Amino acid sequence: MLDIITGAISLGLLWAVMTIGVFITYRILNIADLTVEGSIAMGAAIAAQGITMGLNPFLATALALAGGMAAGLITGLLHTQLKIPALLSGILTMIALWSVNLRIMGKANISLLRMNTVYTFLESFGMDKTYAIIVLGLLLVLALVSLLYWFFGTEIGSAIRVTGNNPHMARALGINTNTTLILGLIISNGLVAFSGALIAQSQSYADVQMGTGSIVIGLASVIIGEVLFGRQHFFGRLTALVLGAVTYRIIIALVLKLGMPANDLKLFTAITVAIALSLPVIKQYLNPHRFREVE
Amino acid sequence: MLLVKDVCKSFFPGTINEKIALKDVTVEMQEGEFVTLIGGNGAGKSTLLNCVAGVYGVNRGSVYVDDIDVTRLPEHKRAAVLGRVFQDPMMGTAANMGIEENLALAYRRGEKRGLRWGITRKERELYRRHLERLELGLEDRMDIKVGLLSGGQRQALTLLMATLKKPKVLLLDEHTAALDPKTAQRVLEITQQLVEENNLTTMMVTHNMRDAIKYGNRLIMMHEGQIVLDINGEEKKKLTVEDLLRRFGQVSGEEFANDRALLS
Repeated sequence: MLDIITGAISLGLLWAVMTIGVFITYRILNIADLTVEGSIAMGAAIAAQGITMGLNPFLATALALAGGMAAGLITGLLHTQLKIPALLSGILTMIALWSVNLRIMGKANISLLRMNTVYTFLESFGMDKTYAIIVLGLLLVLALVSLLYWFFGTEIGSAIRVTGNNPHMARALGINTNTTLILGLIISNGLVAFSGALIAQSQSYADVQMGTGSIVIGLASVIIGEVLFGRQHFFGRLTALVLGAVTYRIIIALVLKLGMPANDLKLFTAITVAIALSLPVIKQYLNPHRFREVE
Repeated sequence: MLLVKDVCKSFFPGTINEKIALKDVTVEMQEGEFVTLIGGNGAGKSTLLNCVAGVYGVNRGSVYVDDIDVTRLPEHKRAAVLGRVFQDPMMGTAANMGIEENLALAYRRGEKRGLRWGITRKERELYRRHLERLELGLEDRMDIKVGLLSGGQRQALTLLMATLKKPKVLLLDEHTAALDPKTAQRVLEITQQLVEENNLTTMMVTHNMRDAIKYGNRLIMMHEGQIVLDINGEEKKKLTVEDLLRRFGQVSGEEFANDRALLS
């Protein structure tokens, strides 16, 4: 049982990086970006291929980050320069990335068994792999949350936040909303690919299919985080995402342990997200006398 | 300070839905002038303002601010010299951000945004002093989300944001139309106060004739995409609502007669 929990925590920490990426587009930029389904697999593909070719795993992971940023840039350009709706721009990049990822890997999946990964150096201190993942995951997540807290407090970061909140006002205040949108998409997809690289190394394989449904997992984690650990303050909101991603993994581990077939997992996640997203409507329906507008 | 020269603007040109919003409109505003822009629905008042702001490009003609041709500049670049308040109180502020965050964003209008912290302690003092003068009690809760404020409070805040960094031209697009009469009055008083203190060149769209007469030192009336009346100075001071209604009737009546004459 303890194994299941620690396993879920380790996986949750790696998915937390992806969750933060999804949060940036979904909550901050106010667009549903489906690029992530492609960029998470892209991150895995680049890292796995890099490591197989003998690159330092940290360098391979950094390349994965860069690859994801490029994917975000493409979606951003499709949306802002060619005026394709955000949702469709993301879908186009996602579909294109499927082929790109197959080209990167040369086949549908790559095994990383018995190869050096970013966790190897911790394991060499005699640490079990799961604990190595938890330690590195915690360090990375902590660094990331601090970095993003700082970044979104800066002038550029505030400009990105206001773009999602009120683009008319942003432009009236001299903010080029195309630039801020592209910047947000680059950061988001960079993080998602980074997360994909970390996940691939933790499970010792990369698969072109690993992105399928990831957006829903990301959304589920965002929503679980907000509902259970939500705070007003931005630092609190970022931490809540990490806790949400970990909680999601623990819930999944538990329902699987209770005997739910693994094939039903995506159905279960989709239903959870649908219910969570419709909570405001359900609440209002149950309480017809309260017509307060919810932001 | 502002020169709109021979500006034409039509929507959906070349289609059956073509709508000509501005026909060769020329307006020149001197520094410190406060123009109230009045006219019926579809007269082209808001279109004119949006063409100045860069929300719409023009089909023909040019726009100059302080002798600089801004006709081809995108909206966010023109923002460096323009302060704007919209009709919808939701449009001028970011609901999910705090009062001081909104002000800090406005304080950087036209500046290059970098990796410096988005708001400094020194600025907070400045914002507090400005907010105090609005007399809305906002200075004591500068960190609350703007979404919690009333429409009137949000418009007053937007006005402050538009003028925090002195604009070359202040554009007010029916900024009191969505408010109740009492709040609208208060927001207009604040407008007057800010315009006078900063000696702002202002263009205020309104469809309230009384306000158009009471505020500003020049009045422009538009009808069907053209300027049909332009009065300032003593003449404007003596103007009454009845005068304005009569002039409006004359102008639109003549227009109508002309159309008929053309058709027959």
